[in-house]
Amino acid sequence: MSRPHPLAWAALALGLAFLYGPILLLVAYSFNASRLVTVWAGFSTRWYAGLLDNGPLVDSALVTLKVAFASASLATLLGTLAALALDGRRRFPGRPLLTGLVYAPMVMPEVITGLSLLLLFVGLGIPRGFWTIVVAHATFTLCFVAVVVQARLRLLDRALLDAAADLGAAPVTVFRTVTLPLIAPAVIAGFLLAFTLSMDDLVIASFVSGPGATTLPMRLYSQVRLGVTPEINAISTLLIGAVSLAVLGASVLTARGR
Amino acid sequence: MSGRLRASLRRLALPAAPLLWLLAFFGLPFAVVVKISLSDPATALPPYTPVLDWDAGLAAWADVLAALDFENYRTLIADPLYLDAGLTSLKVALGATLLLALVGYPIAYAMARAPRAWQPLLVALMVIPFWTSFLIRVYAWIAILKPDGLLNQALIGLGLVATPVEILNTPAAVMIGMVYAYLPFMVLPLYAVLERLDRGLVEAARDLGASRLAAFRTVTLPLSLPGLVAGALLCFIPITGEFIIPDLLGGTDTLMLGRVLWSEFFSNRDWPLASAIAVVLLAVVAGPVVLFREAEARRLERPETGDPR
Repeated sequence: MSRPHPLAWAALALGLAFLYGPILLLVAYSFNASRLVTVWAGFSTRWYAGLLDNGPLVDSALVTLKVAFASASLATLLGTLAALALDGRRRFPGRPLLTGLVYAPMVMPEVITGLSLLLLFVGLGIPRGFWTIVVAHATFTLCFVAVVVQARLRLLDRALLDAAADLGAAPVTVFRTVTLPLIAPAVIAGFLLAFTLSMDDLVIASFVSGPGATTLPMRLYSQVRLGVTPEINAISTLLIGAVSLAVLGASVLTARGR
Repeated sequence: MSGRLRASLRRLALPAAPLLWLLAFFGLPFAVVVKISLSDPATALPPYTPVLDWDAGLAAWADVLAALDFENYRTLIADPLYLDAGLTSLKVALGATLLLALVGYPIAYAMARAPRAWQPLLVALMVIPFWTSFLIRVYAWIAILKPDGLLNQALIGLGLVATPVEILNTPAAVMIGMVYAYLPFMVLPLYAVLERLDRGLVEAARDLGASRLAAFRTVTLPLSLPGLVAGALLCFIPITGEFIIPDLLGGTDTLMLGRVLWSEFFSNRDWPLASAIAVVLLAVVAGPVVLFREAEARRLERPETGDPR
């Protein structure tokens, strides 16, 4: 087996350093005692202690979690249905349309998705707020769920499904007792992905949100524009920690599913 | 009910919900954007006067068509600001995609050639940043790139420069941000292709006397083209409409379509003009989006095992 060129290893090491360096610096400086964000003045957790007293911040964190939970649940249901519908050679009218609609939102610039949904809600006279963000997030995250579940369905051993059917199980029973347990890890991973994508979204939420529904990224963005502060570093570190735990959970689940 | 009708209804049972949902909340809104882009701005709530009134009946359509003046689109063409923003968007997206390919290819290649046991870990390391907040990752660069930031401190400390280099709020900062934020989107599709590439082909080329470079150029690179195309589209399309990176890292001169749309909407409250910009942006990315969909459909319909082509 030919060994990769040493330059390729250097590229990999540099690439990982490039990806993780800025995040690690941010985490490190969230423990900085000084208010000056680029001068190290000793270890401190004072910025974390101040976070809980920041009422608006805690409120928007709660809104974000609620939106993420509701939209990820919806997205998981719809995305799993889409993946099952698109699995294999199943024929139905509108199949090419569904394929297109599942892939387009993943790459669509967020400003377009956000603006177009807002204009739809305004046109229909729907008041903007919590639920419009949920609908908007479910719409773009369901595509990611569909792709994750579809990937798992492709690896499924068809013989198991055929065996269950041959033994007289009705299609619904086959789904409940064979298909669903086998794809469950991917469905949960899809839910977690949808959850984090929703938690992370600034652009779409800014368009479709209304009074009283300010998400954490929206609040962070308004502060970030004013400059770097240790408080933002502290919130960011907490978010990164939460997401890392979710990713770890998801990867353990997917690994067990294999 | 006839058996055939019932059968086709049953086939629609699974796709019905996601199909209707996506049509209502992804397809239909585009029609609304096009409609509003033809309206006139107004100081009202919502801030536009509709040109098309769906209840007016067919007779009114002739008037509607006659009254269409495409005013917002004419504004976009007449004002050099918007043309600049469009060209900057394309330039940045093309430049960043090219840079991403150059940076991402060696990384994906090294990942694919790493010992089997390491590969899941390397993939996870590439995926984690994708899950981490985009806003936070871009924000992290402000502290590094600003005049008294960590990069300038390091450069001055090493004696490479005497005075701080202006990086933040320049096109260079935008480029760094783009490559940083979109690197996993380029690396992962490339890795997926390179990992399944039959090494025997490269070895055969080498045995037949091809140099390392020649084997790469004539075997590896052409076979990895599908991954390169997928990665390039996955980067190019969102970068064209990117808002957060040019807004936080770019200067006032780095106007891109996403940023102009945002400020027309939020600052100027000109919804019709923002809609017209969205339609233009959509026209720019429509071709790449269709290509991406085709590439993905082909990839998914290919069997998992056996010949990678």
